[in-house]
Amino acid sequence: MTKEFKRPDGRKVDELRPMSAKVGVVPNADGSAMFAFGDTIAVAAVYGPKKMHPQHSQDPEKGTLRCTYNMLSFSVTDRIRPGPSRRSTEISKITGWALDPVVMIDNFNSDVVDVHISILQANASTRCAGINAAAMALAHAGIPMKSLVTSVAIGKLDKQLVVDVNKYEEDWEEGEGPTDIPISMTADGKITHIQLDGKIGKEQLKEAVKMAREAHKKIYEVQKAALKEVGK
Amino acid sequence: MTEREIVIPGEVVAKGNYLPGEGTEKRGDEIVAIKFGLSEENNKLIKVIPLSGVYQPRRGNIVIGKVENLTFNGWLIDIGTSGNGFLPVAEVPRYVNKNDLAEVMDFGDMVVAQIAEVNKRGVDLTIRSRGLGRLDEGMIIQINPNKVPRVIGKEGSMISLIKDETKCRITVGQNGLIWIEGDKIEDELFAKKAILYVTERSLVSGLTEELKTWFKEQGK
Repeated sequence: MTKEFKRPDGRKVDELRPMSAKVGVVPNADGSAMFAFGDTIAVAAVYGPKKMHPQHSQDPEKGTLRCTYNMLSFSVTDRIRPGPSRRSTEISKITGWALDPVVMIDNFNSDVVDVHISILQANASTRCAGINAAAMALAHAGIPMKSLVTSVAIGKLDKQLVVDVNKYEEDWEEGEGPTDIPISMTADGKITHIQLDGKIGKEQLKEAVKMAREAHKKIYEVQKAALKEVGK
Repeated sequence: MTEREIVIPGEVVAKGNYLPGEGTEKRGDEIVAIKFGLSEENNKLIKVIPLSGVYQPRRGNIVIGKVENLTFNGWLIDIGTSGNGFLPVAEVPRYVNKNDLAEVMDFGDMVVAQIAEVNKRGVDLTIRSRGLGRLDEGMIIQINPNKVPRVIGKEGSMISLIKDETKCRITVGQNGLIWIEGDKIEDELFAKKAILYVTERSLVSGLTEELKTWFKEQGK
């Protein structure tokens, strides 16, 4: 492993794609935000707290967070069939779990906070962009939260760990095979969600988490700046 | 900490000897914001005023709502919260024939009410005060509930200016609905224009003065 590992798009190993974020992109929603990692663009819209519908899903003891992740049919080169799929159902669940530890909706009895995430354009790390956008949108909707959540995908190109994989790197077949590890954290570095797709050793996983911590600080600043911008 | 500042959830607002108010939480000796909004300090009490989001009902708030349903002992009123507001017959300060609730208020009627209690089941309303009850005339406009404090102004300075200039009777509901009644429709529309002017510039400081000059320009 050489020190100057060259990534296909010329980035440094710990360099994120250029990020952009904007709050208040959906005027109809109670809170909304856009977050982009390079070509990956996610828009999140938050509605509620409102009464949970269908009624049998109501929890009279506490509020519920309901996330829906959806990739738009034109978000990738091969048109994807619109509507829920195995993958989008899974990511919806995962997004909910990543955000659940920070939202304080325990006293919103029988209510639901709906988070709709749409991927306008995809170039890997869509769930991470979605979580970043959703965290900002929740804050914008005035939902009490312990902290924001930031998310980034760490990849492994053969033996080299890299931050914020794109589609080309995600499918890196050489060496040890494609590996990608989406990690979500609160602002103080507590992990709320970690996934592993591929193979990685124990020591290297620790290293990956460390890399993610550094990347999260940069993402957090982008989210913070976008939220402060809308209040001006 | 004296300046008003925009804070985000999880951000430390102040350190040391402060008290956590609404929208904040104490962690160790730090006061941390749990909502997105403007932080404000008053007598060592720190609170965060939300800038966006849905209306959160609170006891004592004056709200405007629409009659959604009649039950055997009261009215269900939509006040824009997740649960409907309930106005019991007993909270109406006059005789009500229990067999004909529609005589007092029917479906679709608009009503000004005060929140008597917010509990786990929902919001209880009352109209046992002056200026509350069914609205028969005038018009209703809707604004962002987070901008209601700006429309009212410090100790009602903004709203009384609008009332004086437009000669309209105005009731501002904390849930963002505003009732305007004037002698002429032009007056009502003028008041509406003034209120929308205020909501569009809700983050400008010294807005009452700015509105005064705006009224002068409009009067020409």
